[in-house]
Amino acid sequence: MSNKVLVLFAHPAQEYSEVNMPMFDIAKKAEGVTSIDLYAEYPKHDIDVKIEQERLQQHDVVIFLFPLYWYSTPAILKDWMDLVLQYGFAYGHDGNALKDKLFLPVISTGGPEIAYCEEGINHFGLRELLRPLEQTANFCGMYFIAPFVIFGARTAVEDKRLNNHLEQWQLLLNALVENRLDLDKAKDLEHLSTDFDGVIQ
Amino acid sequence: MTVYFIQAFIYLVAAVIAVPIAKRLGLGSVLGYLIAGVVIGPLTGLVGSETLTIQHFAEFGVVMMLFLVGLELEPRLLWEMRNKLVGLGGLQVTLSSVLIMAVCLVFGLDWRIALAIGLMLSLSSTAIVLQTFQEKGLAKTEGGRSAFSVLLFQDIAVIPMLAFIPLLAIPELLDVGSISADAHDDHTIDIVSGLSDWLYALVVLGSIAFVIVGGHYLSRPLFHFIANTGLREMFTASALLLVIGIAALMSLVGLSPALGTFLAGVVLANSEFRHELETNIEPFKGILLGLFFITVGAGISFEIVGENFGIVMAAVLAIMLLKAGVLLLLARIFKIHRQEAWLFALSLAQAGEFGFVLLSFSVQNHVIPQDIADILSPIIAITMFLTPLLFIVFDRVVLKFYQTQDEDREADEINDSGKVIIAGVGRFGQIVNRLLVANDIPTVVLDHDASIIDNVRRFKMKSWYGDASRPDLLHTAGIEDAKLLVIAIDDQNRALDMVTHVKEFHSHVKVLARAFDRTHGYKLTEAGADIVVSETFYSALELGGEALKALDLHPFKVEQMKSVFRKTDQQTRNTVYNEWLQGDINNRYSKNFIALFSEIEKHLANELKRSRIDGHDNSETGWTPPPKTYLDETD
Repeated sequence: MSNKVLVLFAHPAQEYSEVNMPMFDIAKKAEGVTSIDLYAEYPKHDIDVKIEQERLQQHDVVIFLFPLYWYSTPAILKDWMDLVLQYGFAYGHDGNALKDKLFLPVISTGGPEIAYCEEGINHFGLRELLRPLEQTANFCGMYFIAPFVIFGARTAVEDKRLNNHLEQWQLLLNALVENRLDLDKAKDLEHLSTDFDGVIQ
Repeated sequence: MTVYFIQAFIYLVAAVIAVPIAKRLGLGSVLGYLIAGVVIGPLTGLVGSETLTIQHFAEFGVVMMLFLVGLELEPRLLWEMRNKLVGLGGLQVTLSSVLIMAVCLVFGLDWRIALAIGLMLSLSSTAIVLQTFQEKGLAKTEGGRSAFSVLLFQDIAVIPMLAFIPLLAIPELLDVGSISADAHDDHTIDIVSGLSDWLYALVVLGSIAFVIVGGHYLSRPLFHFIANTGLREMFTASALLLVIGIAALMSLVGLSPALGTFLAGVVLANSEFRHELETNIEPFKGILLGLFFITVGAGISFEIVGENFGIVMAAVLAIMLLKAGVLLLLARIFKIHRQEAWLFALSLAQAGEFGFVLLSFSVQNHVIPQDIADILSPIIAITMFLTPLLFIVFDRVVLKFYQTQDEDREADEINDSGKVIIAGVGRFGQIVNRLLVANDIPTVVLDHDASIIDNVRRFKMKSWYGDASRPDLLHTAGIEDAKLLVIAIDDQNRALDMVTHVKEFHSHVKVLARAFDRTHGYKLTEAGADIVVSETFYSALELGGEALKALDLHPFKVEQMKSVFRKTDQQTRNTVYNEWLQGDINNRYSKNFIALFSEIEKHLANELKRSRIDGHDNSETGWTPPPKTYLDETD
């Protein structure tokens, strides 16, 4: 049984994007993957709740693809959560539309990986900083997968790290569609690249 | 009188039959006219010696063509292209002229004749090549653009050539010439022959200065005055007046009329009346040039060609090989590669219509004897006939070759930002234009009110005077390679006509139209407009929102209400439109329609109220809190 994957892409300044845009392009071409550019769909943030909820129900895997903004998502994804994950749909009485779906954040950060630890400039690990997302997913009965991250995204092209990341992204999407992700392993990693080959079966 | 009617009839019939057929066959209109000429001249003998007189009259088409060439020359564009223009174009003309001249010298021609032949054969056929590029979509390719800059250089180079060729006059031919000369030369009037040299120079300089200064300062108030009368034929008359007046002045002082009108064209290139002038002169130019080519075709003598068949064919082959060789060399120097180089070389290998012009000009000026001209003219014609063949070679051989060579190379990025034409630049169109221009999108702005054009020009907006609903003006504005057309004119019916016309003949252009009211909007949609925006809807919505805010509703809430209002209106528009379509033509507002409309008003009110109802119903507006009993459930 193959999975249907939904990529919700949020990037408010796409003309500067070096990492997320190529990733979104790959997602758009991937089979079994629906890719939505939220800022294009809702340039005025007037998110259509009904459409978004129907879309969620038609997919098995929900991916947020975004650059990290102040340890969180860009504003439209927060708006999206506030509006779409309604009482009676995502939680609460009869609110089980998202139950057992997989949730995966795919993130680019400005800071290098060493910045995301107790001694680093950001003082917390990335996984720690993403707790609100993780708990949102849990609260909606979804299965949270450790984030797929590229650190130091501003120099990824110059350092020639982007291509490798894009290849992994493609493999990850394929694995999700074909249901080949080791969920138990993927759950506990700090982020997926720490044991990328291990989580894909 | 009867004779004239019959003659005119023969010429027109030949043109009307031959040109469309030639175009359909991919030969282009120039060849169509030549064929028409050949058919009515040497082939059937329907026309005779009067062709020469007609030809002199028709040469005025060349004068008009140079006026139009001048109009199209934007100094800024020329400056941007200067390297290619002077480098590619200059080298092409020089090298080809010199080589052809050398070949002529080898065959024992007088050096002056050889030079004149070199110059006239170095030119290619702008008309055929540009038209073919457009038809085959090659204009934006590297080879196409390079070819364009060469053609542009050639068009400009004609001016100095026209000035230079009379200096090559051969004294012995003057005597022969005056015997066979035509009425044209005998009755030349000029006012300068009696003047001393320095006075003559002064008069010449004065006339040129008059054309430039007058063109700049006098023509605009004149055109304004005429535009304000709103009489279209007066504008046509004054455009003709301008061209003919300058031609007359130039002839009087002994200069080339073509040079004068070219200058006037350049002076007016930045005027707001440019497109309207083009539109008005274009048909006259087209017909006169057509007539000119017919007379060239009619003047071809099968006997002479037959006698010199070997020479003619060898010359054709030599010219095309030589020119293609020079072009390939230039392509290499200027790093034009692969199929682009071949396109560049094959497309420009022929001689062109300017060759005919220079040829008849040379004969008149006693540079080339008639017997050589009689052989040259079919040579030029045949090289032009062969051009479509070369394009076929390019399609079938060159492209195939390179295609198989690089199957999986990615398509070149299309280097075309997509032009936008904005029709109507009053209060509405102006805002659209400012938004686009602020984003570096090239726009062409048209309006039929000269005072509006004046106003927007003061703000340095590029805008042109003219009635945008005229198909020919849309053509000069470049509708063929436009991406979008924004229709923002006041006249509702003209707007509809424009949509219909553009959707029928230029279906690749996306049409964005401003609707006066709901009905007009439906009509625009019915006519095929892609995007229709009511001219009042959004400003009314804004003001309505301000009203709610003034009544102390929270601004964010007001924004949401506006958003729901807008969405509901959009969603129901289709339903209402279909109902409107089904009503009968005279009374589109049938009972059904009115019932539907009030239903929609109710729906809209409900949508807006929904977000005010406490509780939860998954409505489109959001941020509704969970119910108060929520905590009991999560225990």
